[in-house]
Amino acid sequence: MTGAGTALLVAAVAVLALAAGYALGRRPLPRGARAGRHLDLGTPVERATFHTLHTASLAAPPLRAGLTEDAARKAAKRLRSLLGTEALCLTDREAVLAWDGPGADHHERRAVARVAEVLRSGRSMSVRTECQRPDCPLKWAVFAPLTGEDGMLGALVAYGSRESAVLVRAATEVARWVSVQLELAELDRSRTRLMEAEIKALRAQISPHFIFNSLAAIASFVRTDPERARDLLLEFADFTRYSFRRHGDFTTLAEELRSIEQYLALAGARFGDRLKVTLQVAPEVLPVALPFLCLQPLVENAVKHGLEDSTKECRITIAARDAGSEALLTIEDNGVGMDPALLRRILAGERVGGSSGIGLPNVDERLRQVYGDAYGLVVETGVGAGMKVTVRVPKYRPGVHPATAPVGP
Amino acid sequence: MNQTYALTAVTAVVLATVLVGALGLRMSRTTSDFYVASRTVGPRLNAAAISGEYLSAASFLGIAGLVLLQGPAMLWYPVGYTAGYLVLLVLVAAPLRRSGAYTLPDFAEARLQSRAVRRISVLFVVGVGWLYLLPQLQGAGLTLEILTGAPHWVGGLVVACVVTAAVAAGGMRSITFVQAFQYWLKLTALLVPAFFLLAAWAGDGAPRATLDAPATFREHTVVTLAEDVRLSVAAPLTLTVTGTVDGRAHDGQVVTLSAGRHEVRAATRLEFLPGSAVPRTRPAAGMGVSSWSQPLSGPQDGHRLYATYGLILATFLGTMGLPHVAVRFYTSPDGRAARRTTLVVLGLVGAFYLLPAVYGALGRLYAPELALTGDADAAVLVLPERMVGGTLGDLLGALLAGGAFAAFLSTASGLTVAVAGVLHQDVLPGRARTVSAFRYAAPAAMAVPLAGSVAATDVPVADAVGLAFAVSASSFCPLLVLGIWWRGLTPPGAVAGLLTGGGAALSAVLATRAGLAPAGWVHTLLAWPAVWSVPLGFLTMAGVSLATRSRIPPGTAATLTRLHLPEDVAAHPPAGGHR
Repeated sequence: MTGAGTALLVAAVAVLALAAGYALGRRPLPRGARAGRHLDLGTPVERATFHTLHTASLAAPPLRAGLTEDAARKAAKRLRSLLGTEALCLTDREAVLAWDGPGADHHERRAVARVAEVLRSGRSMSVRTECQRPDCPLKWAVFAPLTGEDGMLGALVAYGSRESAVLVRAATEVARWVSVQLELAELDRSRTRLMEAEIKALRAQISPHFIFNSLAAIASFVRTDPERARDLLLEFADFTRYSFRRHGDFTTLAEELRSIEQYLALAGARFGDRLKVTLQVAPEVLPVALPFLCLQPLVENAVKHGLEDSTKECRITIAARDAGSEALLTIEDNGVGMDPALLRRILAGERVGGSSGIGLPNVDERLRQVYGDAYGLVVETGVGAGMKVTVRVPKYRPGVHPATAPVGP
Repeated sequence: MNQTYALTAVTAVVLATVLVGALGLRMSRTTSDFYVASRTVGPRLNAAAISGEYLSAASFLGIAGLVLLQGPAMLWYPVGYTAGYLVLLVLVAAPLRRSGAYTLPDFAEARLQSRAVRRISVLFVVGVGWLYLLPQLQGAGLTLEILTGAPHWVGGLVVACVVTAAVAAGGMRSITFVQAFQYWLKLTALLVPAFFLLAAWAGDGAPRATLDAPATFREHTVVTLAEDVRLSVAAPLTLTVTGTVDGRAHDGQVVTLSAGRHEVRAATRLEFLPGSAVPRTRPAAGMGVSSWSQPLSGPQDGHRLYATYGLILATFLGTMGLPHVAVRFYTSPDGRAARRTTLVVLGLVGAFYLLPAVYGALGRLYAPELALTGDADAAVLVLPERMVGGTLGDLLGALLAGGAFAAFLSTASGLTVAVAGVLHQDVLPGRARTVSAFRYAAPAAMAVPLAGSVAATDVPVADAVGLAFAVSASSFCPLLVLGIWWRGLTPPGAVAGLLTGGGAALSAVLATRAGLAPAGWVHTLLAWPAVWSVPLGFLTMAGVSLATRSRIPPGTAATLTRLHLPEDVAAHPPAGGHR
């Protein structure tokens, strides 16, 4: 049927167009395409400079991953076209990481021996390869060391068919440029480490006040209602075990809810019937992984606003909804609320008088660290109008895996 | 058929779906009891939800239609649809859950740490989703056409609008309850009338269907053809014709057709006498019902055998790659629950698939003329009226119509949520990725198959679904199986395998559906691509991975450990083993 045929062809074309647009949209326009629009291409010298800079810029991104085999393989190709040599190889301190061009089979071993020599002296050198094969074009080799913050990392070896001072100079300069890129890579790594350390420092800030208050509340039950005091102590033990655990940065929503239950049981012991909690949790999102202790501070905040700073009954609503590839968590209270301007300053990291809402900036920062800036807290509030905090958590994010709590003691 | 009853049933199903979807959560899960609120979805509820989402128009209407058309060989469809879960259970279910992936692209990224593989899987998820949505909308069109005589595209439009609106408005919040409800609704809608029909059949003297011989008309039957048809008559056939047969106009004359082929023009009225054999059809132009199923009824046994293997491979291996099935495993709390869920699904789906065969066999006895008009998919819907009749027949017909609509709604909404989720996450630019943007992704996910369903007609629903299975089996099955069970898979290997295996299956499917394939063996090969495209996908993926061994992702060992170790073991890593 032609109708069916046309419709399917249209669908196929739509899919292809989508794919193409998608691929193009994610790829920056090649430099050549952009330059091609201008008729004035510069003098030959300028053009050569542009070409060199462009090749160098292509070699830079892989090197930013550090001196690994994968990075070396990608970079070696670019670097060889930059130097215009017969063959080029990148080594670390012990072995050849990548070889671009001919001759890898019989030159590799000799190169490694030479590299050890270069790394000892720390200077570049140009040597005859003494290759016996008549058809092998690799007659001369330039060895240039690659340095990082902690000394020699490896070497760049450029092979030519004859001795050339130009090649020595060029290879040394390129090696220096590569060294700079590798230093940047180290910088990147230390920045990542710093970020991880920050996440570690941010996690698990249980308020000491809460511990004192809970113990005091339990103490008040010891004589009047020993059974209840015992239950509360067990809740307290479970809560602290969860909060002080040391493995894993992530947990599941189900476990986080369990910890909130314990927290509310302890808070309820202090405030009695004034605390009313409503839960509305879609069971589909219970397995969602999220940063450890990222809801508990929000609930603590709600309790504080609703109970400590006000005298009426406190209603807290905790809701978790399924929204496609994300889970939508909201925590709402009917407490004293807050001036939005003040809240903005608190979230921006300013220390504003008192400790009102210490938990919020911490949670906000952690969520942004893990999921990106689009996933920060959304707070709706006003003075005397209660507060509603919304958290969006993607159901999947690479590297986010919940560490389930050990079962039993 | 009584329109009022049927329309009431359809409306009731739509309303019930929307209400359970919107209010189910509020009613069942608003509590102050943490124990109730943090109860995860149990294997039984989740299994009912998976089955509810999975049993589509193809299962509810299509299988009975194909059995009517072509006999018991078509029972490989329900066998394959069910056995797919066996493969899923053994090879994929628990590791997929443990990977923490929500969609299949998530799994690709988690396993291979590569954005490129992720993007290509996105294309295939969307492609498979659209191929699967298309027959759902067409089936809805057919159902509404039979019920009310509305044009073909109306039903598809109604389902598309209801589903898009429900998904976009966030009305599918308690989707697990909705889908579980739909499963039981579908089972009831098919089971209850089946009892009445079997009773009517027994009361009729329990005649036997001759499934390998041509069907015969049991009573005086009038058929009006909707399109040009070429009839093959095995033995001389006497019938009354009003219209054009073999280029000669007749007006109510009695004609005897000799054995052989005869051209019959559209809008011709044929009256058959009781006991005469039902001629086989062969539409004169373009793609029609039987040229689709041609390989299976073809004269050469080789074609038939090949097509059967194609069907078996596609359905056995394709289930794991269906976007709406994979997404549901995320709801299980851990790998063991995912496995248990799959086991229950096997039971639920297996029980359901006993029924369409009954309808198909009864349809061949009591409604054989459907094979002539190309509406064989309607067999399930017209049987109660034919066999039981009266108010009871109308009521049973209404129940079946409601069940059929439940099938369209549940599968279509599951697919729309899955496709829209992928569009929202991977195709929309990062800045626009807010919750409200999900609302725009839903219509986008539905628009293409809707356009396709309006333009393309007359493809048996079960066959069209089989094509989606073939693409899924050639692309995602290698990715999942090799990704879970082989350390050596590399990102370039995965990309190459997805593109060759899935791409070849997709182009074969599109070429067949566009009518570009020449007749004969080439057509058979293209119409049932799984036999060659699945091995092609596996071999390419493994071969390219072996050739690019240096590109094995650095975290492979850790990832595979997480996929295969039970969660409570993984929570106690050996000393120094964590991070």
